[in-house]
Amino acid sequence: MGLTSQSTGTSVLDSELRIERTSSGDRVIALTGNPNVGKSTVFNSLTGLNQHTGNWPGKTVTNAQGRYRHKDTNFIMVDIPGTYSLMANSAEEEVARDFVCFGKPDAAIVVTDATCLERNLNLVLQTLEITDRVVICVNLIDEAKRKKISIDCGRLSRLLGVPVVPTDARNKKGLKELMDAVYAVAEKHTAPKPISITYDDSIEQAISIIQPRIWELADGKINNRWTALKLLDGDPTLLSSLEKYLGFDLLDDTELSDLLNTAKKHLSDNGIQPGELRDRVVSRLVRTAEAISNDTVTFHNTRYDSTDRKIDRILTSRALGIPIMLCLLAVIFWLTIAGANIPSGIIADFLFGIEAKLTELFVSAGAPQWLHGMLVLGMYRTLAWVISVMLPPMAIFFPLFTLLEDLGYLPRIAFNLDNFFKRACAHGKQALTMCMGFGCNAAGVIGCRIIESPRERLIAILTNVFVPCNGRFPALIAVGTIFIGGSTGGAFRSLTSTLALTGIVTLGISMTFLVSKILSKTILRGLPSSFVLELPPYRKPQIGRIIVRSILDRTLFVLGRAVAIAAPAGLVIWIMANVSVGEVSLLTYSANFLDPFARLLGLDGYILMAFILGLPANEIVIPIIIMSYMASGSILELDGLADLRQLLVSHGWTWLTGVCVMLFSLMHFPCGTTIWTIRKETKSMKWTLASIAIPTAAGIVICFIVASAARLLGLA
Amino acid sequence: MTDRYIPLSLLPLGRKAKVKALISDGPARRRMLDLGLISDTPVEALQKSPSGDPTAYSIRGAVIALRSEEASKILVEAR
Repeated sequence: MGLTSQSTGTSVLDSELRIERTSSGDRVIALTGNPNVGKSTVFNSLTGLNQHTGNWPGKTVTNAQGRYRHKDTNFIMVDIPGTYSLMANSAEEEVARDFVCFGKPDAAIVVTDATCLERNLNLVLQTLEITDRVVICVNLIDEAKRKKISIDCGRLSRLLGVPVVPTDARNKKGLKELMDAVYAVAEKHTAPKPISITYDDSIEQAISIIQPRIWELADGKINNRWTALKLLDGDPTLLSSLEKYLGFDLLDDTELSDLLNTAKKHLSDNGIQPGELRDRVVSRLVRTAEAISNDTVTFHNTRYDSTDRKIDRILTSRALGIPIMLCLLAVIFWLTIAGANIPSGIIADFLFGIEAKLTELFVSAGAPQWLHGMLVLGMYRTLAWVISVMLPPMAIFFPLFTLLEDLGYLPRIAFNLDNFFKRACAHGKQALTMCMGFGCNAAGVIGCRIIESPRERLIAILTNVFVPCNGRFPALIAVGTIFIGGSTGGAFRSLTSTLALTGIVTLGISMTFLVSKILSKTILRGLPSSFVLELPPYRKPQIGRIIVRSILDRTLFVLGRAVAIAAPAGLVIWIMANVSVGEVSLLTYSANFLDPFARLLGLDGYILMAFILGLPANEIVIPIIIMSYMASGSILELDGLADLRQLLVSHGWTWLTGVCVMLFSLMHFPCGTTIWTIRKETKSMKWTLASIAIPTAAGIVICFIVASAARLLGLA
Repeated sequence: MTDRYIPLSLLPLGRKAKVKALISDGPARRRMLDLGLISDTPVEALQKSPSGDPTAYSIRGAVIALRSEEASKILVEAR
């Protein structure tokens, strides 16, 4: 029986966040830190695969919890969103503050970046103002060493008054010491004496006016000094969290609210107007951080970041920035296309070999033909196609993409493209959510949570499907290789397909800008909001971790979903192809119905129907087309692109069909998972419908124009 | 405010300066404060994005890109 936080009576967020304790001896650890400091590496290294993710209740902020055991004690680690401050400027910061403050963790780890300690100390000091049960983890100590930055952790620990542990979490160094320190703090084996930050006299006086009354009212349940400071600051989000935690509104107490007015008047009498208090508080924290950093960090090489700056000067230069970005994209596609061909063929041979065996088995068992048809020709064959077409490109594409992520290149993409987004009146972080869309549009839509402004978040959500996700890449690659690459010979073939693919992706990105712009000028009018983009130091990627993570988290996840959807879809299609209405099969009947409209778009009825039936997952569009063609005519052994080409051409495909299929694949309604995600993220049927209508309309219009133009010009 | 102060957006690349005042308020001001941009903080203009905006600045050991709209609301004294 799991004890919830409620039954053990420790957590306030109990009505919201559930922490599953297995015994009352379990210790809860909050893991905080700035973004990009390797916090998730620390989390993964300590908890391994023993973790689960969800949402912070009522918030669109991801929550992850994991467990580890150290010295006979179970630790439950709660991963707090990465933030620069606990001042509640965003949903993430609010979650972080509330958990550290009211979640009553047994200890909090603040992960910091050794190469940028001063900036990180701001969060450390803010955390220490709330709780003294803190362990500082100075991570990336190896990177600091490489940049000739040395940190006196002993001195840092004496200055801050809490344990400080240097770690290199990627190479699992210092983690045992970290766990020891956390154990000591959580079990109260050490008595921390945290640094106390003293503000200007008038602020201190104002604090002392209200602090005693808070202590009386809250009965020691909260940090009085910190609460006093926040009440003076008048932060509305904190007041509501406090009320939830204490069960009553502190300011309902007339004595306290009178004292608060006196204290505020004292501040303004001393020249500190309401808005200014925060400035003073932040300045004090920043100066303290600066002083501590000067005291403990030595830069043996003052140009420690010169290599990063040199790389930046190339990767984001006026002349080369964007060309390099497109080239990198093209190289990734080329490696994916060229590299996937051979394993694809091998897997196809293997799986279709099994199909033959399965057929023999069915025949020898005397199974009825319809059963064999449904299970083997319907379900199994679709599955085999999905796996052999999808697995190799994914197993190449995802690790390469994760590699760019790990190197720190994605923020540079955002930096390069920001001006385009600004001109489209959209948010700069949309570049990042767009990049996530390449992996999976549903993931990209969830990623839009990093955009605070609701207007810009909606724009990012509605335009995310304009970048092709991994489920659409195999189809784009196959069709591009056959009908565009195929028109040139030999060595140029993968090169031309690469160019075609890069072109279609560039078109998708341009459409993202265009549609964002149209949206901000029409139904989502507004100005771009301010944003701050950090360009973190380049990091040496960890190849092993990249491969494991991208295979586990992405490839198998996407493949699993595709398989789960492809099998029943295969069944449905087989039934449609084999159940007849009068003389023609249901499939042909539906396709014929769609055919006149599809022809206008340069497609045919079967293709359009494949897109419609492919709603659950884009991955199965091509398999559906193949099955429909095979079911409605000649039976073929398909083992390779050459056979596929023959099949498609025999059903009237030309280069124009290929181009239109690629265009329509780029621009049509999102897959079922993405639609479902958009519904959940926007909580609005209207915007969900808009997210379906916008790309579909764009696809129809563009395909119609391309098909009509090519026909008028007599090109096809 | 003296004439020697210029908006950060006008600081030439490669030049260093000291922050003198923030003229934004509300959430935008808080975001600047979170970066540690308080009075007398040294900043350096590092690099422009290919299309000329945003610009990357070195601020307290971190590299931060700011759009010209934000940078124009930070007054600095060039060195």
